[in-house]
Amino acid sequence: MGNHSDDARKTSSVVVTSHEEGKETFPNPGLPPHAPRLTDVDPHKAKSAERQVSLLFVISILGAILFWVAYFGIKIGGEYYDVMNPEPTNALRLQNLLLGLGIAFSMFGIGIGVVHWARTLMPDHEMVEYRHAVSAEADRAEAQEIVETIIAESGIKRRPLLRNTLIGSVILAPLTFVTFLRDLGPADPSVLKHTMWDKGVRLVRDPSGTPIKASDVTLGSAYHVLPENLSSLSHDQGYLNEKAKAVVLLMRLDPSDLKVSAGREDWNVDGIIAYSKVCTHVGCPIALYEQRTHHLLCPCHQSTFDAADECKVVFGPAGHALPQLPIAVDSEGYLVAQSDFHEPVGPAYWERGKHVKEMAGETK
Amino acid sequence: MKALSQKRRHPLAAIVLLALALLLTGGLYAVATATNEAKAETSTTYTATQAQEGEKLFISNCATCHGTNAEGTADGPSLVGVGAAAVDFQVGTGRMPMQMQGTQAQLKPGQFNEEQTDQLAAYVSSLGAGPSVPEDEYLDVSKGDAANGAKIFLANCAMCHNAAGVGGALTRGKFAPTLMGVSEKHIYEAMETGPQNMPVFNDANITPEEKRDVITYLKSQEVNNSPGGFALGSLGPVAEGLLIWTLGLGIILIFTVWLTSRSA
Amino acid sequence: MSHTTVETDYQAKTSTGRIANFVDSRVGLSGIIKEFGRKIFPDHWTFMFGEVALYSLVILILSGTFLTLWFNPSMAPVAYDGSYVPMKGTEMSVAYASTLHISFDVRGGLLLRQIHHWAALMFMLALTIHMLRVFFTGAFRRPRELNWVVGCVLFILGIAAGFTGYSLPDDVLSGNGLRIVDGIMKALPLVGTYLSLFFFGGEFPGEQLIGRLYSMHIMIVPALILLCVAIHLFMVVVHKHTQYPGPGRTEGNVVGFPVGPVYAAKAGGFFFIVFGIIAFLASTFTINAIWNYGPYDPSPVQAGTQPDWYVGFGDGALRLMPGAWPWHWEFNVLGGTWVFSVLGPLIPAGLIIMAMFIWPWLERWVTKDNREHHILDRPRNAPYRTGVGVAGIIAYGTLMVAASSDLIATHFHLSLNDVAYWLRASLILGPLVGFFVTQRVCLALQRKDRELVLHGIESGQVVQLPHGEFIEVHKPLDEYRRYKLVNFESPAPLAAQPNKKGKISFAEKTRAGLSKIWFQDRVVSVTPAELEAAHQAHDENHGSVAASDTKEIH
Repeated sequence: MGNHSDDARKTSSVVVTSHEEGKETFPNPGLPPHAPRLTDVDPHKAKSAERQVSLLFVISILGAILFWVAYFGIKIGGEYYDVMNPEPTNALRLQNLLLGLGIAFSMFGIGIGVVHWARTLMPDHEMVEYRHAVSAEADRAEAQEIVETIIAESGIKRRPLLRNTLIGSVILAPLTFVTFLRDLGPADPSVLKHTMWDKGVRLVRDPSGTPIKASDVTLGSAYHVLPENLSSLSHDQGYLNEKAKAVVLLMRLDPSDLKVSAGREDWNVDGIIAYSKVCTHVGCPIALYEQRTHHLLCPCHQSTFDAADECKVVFGPAGHALPQLPIAVDSEGYLVAQSDFHEPVGPAYWERGKHVKEMAGETK
Repeated sequence: MKALSQKRRHPLAAIVLLALALLLTGGLYAVATATNEAKAETSTTYTATQAQEGEKLFISNCATCHGTNAEGTADGPSLVGVGAAAVDFQVGTGRMPMQMQGTQAQLKPGQFNEEQTDQLAAYVSSLGAGPSVPEDEYLDVSKGDAANGAKIFLANCAMCHNAAGVGGALTRGKFAPTLMGVSEKHIYEAMETGPQNMPVFNDANITPEEKRDVITYLKSQEVNNSPGGFALGSLGPVAEGLLIWTLGLGIILIFTVWLTSRSA
Repeated sequence: MSHTTVETDYQAKTSTGRIANFVDSRVGLSGIIKEFGRKIFPDHWTFMFGEVALYSLVILILSGTFLTLWFNPSMAPVAYDGSYVPMKGTEMSVAYASTLHISFDVRGGLLLRQIHHWAALMFMLALTIHMLRVFFTGAFRRPRELNWVVGCVLFILGIAAGFTGYSLPDDVLSGNGLRIVDGIMKALPLVGTYLSLFFFGGEFPGEQLIGRLYSMHIMIVPALILLCVAIHLFMVVVHKHTQYPGPGRTEGNVVGFPVGPVYAAKAGGFFFIVFGIIAFLASTFTINAIWNYGPYDPSPVQAGTQPDWYVGFGDGALRLMPGAWPWHWEFNVLGGTWVFSVLGPLIPAGLIIMAMFIWPWLERWVTKDNREHHILDRPRNAPYRTGVGVAGIIAYGTLMVAASSDLIATHFHLSLNDVAYWLRASLILGPLVGFFVTQRVCLALQRKDRELVLHGIESGQVVQLPHGEFIEVHKPLDEYRRYKLVNFESPAPLAAQPNKKGKISFAEKTRAGLSKIWFQDRVVSVTPAELEAAHQAHDENHGSVAASDTKEIH
């Protein structure tokens, strides 16, 4: 190594410069001379490249045949993901592999073959083409003249009545079609206020639909819960919509671990608590319950709620606590809701603040 | 049939019927309470000697954290009433004894053999009623219903363990481990006892038959290879994105460079 | 008019000629062939990614058309009765059932699905790399600004096409993705709730969404994509392709290979190669195993709920926002609820997108360079732009990585909370560090170029001089290689200029500030005089070199 670079390093924060504006530059030396390829000078090499290309095309043909062999030749007897018999699934996997490789080879054969042909046997002299201005100045003036003539002949400038009514109609006509969009859906945000939970509605297991005795909920348990009356809805009556709002997670904590705020003293049953499972961030079901830390984690964006502290947000992007479902025990020992949630479930929305106030009024 | 219809009018028939009815209700009740009480009485299957041996092992290996009478300390919870199932899971999977205090006990080669594990289980189950080791009937996947298991698994388990059972993250460095390669018995015991931060799914929540269905579903995932080719850890879009950015882009780069280079 | 047809004077001699003559006399093909037959395209490996995107799009349309033959976008409930055992008897939507049917009961259906999905990932990947290439080489400069914007629109449309397609199978994974979309819509001030109610046809999830997404996915979005692709390619033809600096290349010419036969063969062959790559991926790697996820149901969710990679930056932005730290980010003011815990993250994601769209004008505003550019910049010769690009990549990359924070936590044995803290820091500091480090690296590379030009290549030959000194012999560059290294401009900072009223506006001060950050440290190209001086110095010192090539000015 020479020592010539040392100074350049020392001047790291200064301009490395020569003459300023208008400095002389190196002339463009033009295209470098063309160096011939082996296939240009040696006919044997060219012949062998030709053979390689046709071999690649033959591989492509073999690939297509492989596809048909896999498509018609592989017979699958049985059903997939059988716990006792993995053979059908393996056969499907093999078929998928061979069909795909068949296509891959038939494509690669053509593609690589043609490119190899182009690289070795087609001329590789670089050529020059000249650029032209996107639009010549003269053309532009001419075009402008034409446009002006068109405008003048149409008379749109001379007849303002025509122009103004045309503008009006052209604005309004497309709006008729935009209007169709109005009935994309109902426009009443108040549907977001309530769920199917109500006084006396039993808590049932998801997915079996059986009711839950308070005594069944042992310490550390977590139950995924739906309202019993949900099953009375058919799909057409909005079963999924109601389910999406009503899902609840039921947990039992040691009552001494619970922090209970004023007004919520009787919302739990001996440490059994029920909270909406819909994340208050953007709505994923938060069902990751850690029974020792009492944390609930949303798997979508990692909002974390503390079940022991009325599901307040302890980490992540959620903006408010999960709504609590007040629960009680009915005469047969089953868990029931005391009422609906006292605030809208799920993510916050523009009208939420208003709805919270209204719902507080309803319950008083 | 004929003989039965004749004996129906026998004077003792009413008594026999009553006895049968009582037996049936009693039996049903026994089964019901057995499930609700988490089969406390099956602890009797262990012998007193096993329990004594277990106590010795316990004192020398577990008492530092769980207390000399398994009453629990600041470093470890009380084991009274956790049952044989909890011991069999924790010790059988090598999670207990822990190497050191940490966020979560990790799977590792077991420190005790089967016999010692049974002895520890015998000792702990003698301390108080708790879930026992599951019966083989509930571990037999040939009797399970994978479709029902899939429903229960997706509703109760997939949020932590991932839809394909390969595990996922929890808060503050904790995680739900993969369920692939875990034995039927240990899956059952984990549901039953709720180890570490996992919630408890007692027999009232998920019945033994349903637990078997869940195990059947998991085993069907385990024995079957993904029909689409390599499963990329069954991790979903992140693994797929990583593959296209590495292998996919890599192959494309090789071809673009080859395609635009000059032939020799 | 006579009843005989018009006779042409031209009589073709070959069969090819006769066919051409037939077609040309009816549709006028010669004009097209004259224009395109020998049109010149420059060849460089970085110019191929746009083609990859185009070919992926063709494969998407092809495989997508096949999928429509079996897919049924209905949300009506049905009990599954196919050959996937773990779903037997399970109630699901027709859409999900038909996706299972394609995967398990249509021969090769699974392959078609996998080809379609891998092609989608490849399309977005190629589009992204193509955009990065255009950005880092300055190919978006006049006259190509509008084509850059069309490209940005294609990027957005690609995301739209991908997301609508990802949601069609109506599985738990994509259903939760839609639920997130619902949450984001609802967070928009004033109109959000209505937007969500309209989009889902009522409350989430409703019964119409899959059908609506289907018409967007197979008609509206692809039509817009094809329209934009047509405009994009038309403009490429009008502008002619850019080229890298090099001998023989000027702003007024294009050096490369003619379409026929070389370029057409390479480009045509490349289509089959891309198809082969995607078929290979689809045969070997499972993608979107919807049978694992189960039919959509609002109750379940699964660990590792993530979008496809190109939506990841949005999901990551949502993850990084602290919602309740240091205070709750939901405010009830001005007549409604402002959900900043969701709106906040849209800001960095939106800023990146907006910066992308307006960059050509932003750069021109700072440099005041309104000339046409057909010769590309080597990225090192535009340190400011390369720096900004790397800063953008770091910001985007941080958000994208954040979308997999949970998997990073489990696979690297970290706490996902810590991963989030680090990524938050990286989102804010990373781009700044990235800009300055990249700028310095570019300047260093430029200095290296100067040295190469002035002193030649280290030949590896060490010789001993008569007086005992050892030196390495440097071989001077040939004029072609040298020209590639000296043919660039190095703009100087432009001080703030007063406007007509003689005042310096705030905007102008900002511009001058940016100009200073971008250009105050710079390296200019070697001049012939400098080279001459360096050669003389070489001779005087018998090969050892004096450092006369740098002067300090301040």
